[in-house]
Amino acid sequence: MDALIEKLKGQIIEQLNLVELKPEEINPDSPLFGEGLGLDSIDALELIVLLEKHYGIKIEDPKDGKTIFQSIRTMAEYIKAQGKS
Amino acid sequence: MKKHIISYAHIKQNQVSVNGTIMFSAAPSTTLPEFLTELYKSMGISYPKFHKMDALCKLGILCTEFALKDTTFLADNPLNKIAVVLSNASSSLETDRRHQQAIDDKSNYFPSPTVFVYTLPNIIIGEIAIKYKITGENAFFVSEKFDAGLLVSYTEALFSEQTQAAVCGWIEVDNGAYEAFIFLTEIQENTNKNTNFKPLNQLTVIELYNQTIWTH
Repeated sequence: MDALIEKLKGQIIEQLNLVELKPEEINPDSPLFGEGLGLDSIDALELIVLLEKHYGIKIEDPKDGKTIFQSIRTMAEYIKAQGKS
Repeated sequence: MKKHIISYAHIKQNQVSVNGTIMFSAAPSTTLPEFLTELYKSMGISYPKFHKMDALCKLGILCTEFALKDTTFLADNPLNKIAVVLSNASSSLETDRRHQQAIDDKSNYFPSPTVFVYTLPNIIIGEIAIKYKITGENAFFVSEKFDAGLLVSYTEALFSEQTQAAVCGWIEVDNGAYEAFIFLTEIQENTNKNTNFKPLNQLTVIELYNQTIWTH
């Protein structure tokens, strides 16, 4: 799980151009939206693309996004639950 | 009441000129992305959203930042009465091409939402409005070359309504070539405010646009 979290951190920094952030500065349990990383709605779409592009996971129901994208840890747990890690 | 240009900034050939004086210069070999990052870092500002923008918006934000530097423009004018009037020749073509490349290969079809949102040139206006909390009128024109008359006449028309000040200019990026020129203009009841201010008219804007002597 820890390896997947670290990999996700790097992919999120790259995909969302968070160039001022280093992986070690990201708390895997911090909220991705609002406080924490402060991502916006466009970033949410970018995370959906990231899951599809790198892990072959399609989020069919947008409502699931709220749970999946709570934090990097919840993203990692979802990927693992899908058997795609 | 007179309309004056109170400050202007010009960016091209990896140099930045503010009110006619070169304030920043990078090596001629520096690419546009490298130059924009170098310039951003040199300004000592922290605006993480900057890194998500396309080159056109980065250029527009940085040029506006330089034009605003050392002015009281935002404090002197109600934010809902400041207009943003911009123009360029290539619209958002640079980013349009990036998006096209992302959707060309149907077997590797992953268009980026972050790229797609910049496939309109007036997004620069939105980025400037968000950063400086400006909520006045706005317009973006596409013309073959820098057209001072167009910018001045449209801004004059806005001044006859509710607008009291405007961020105007030219922000162009195409195939690595780029240029940005921003001037700030406002209505002044007290014309003695600063004798260095220039009157707003087409000839003055052309003069300011051609004023800088670029060193490379």
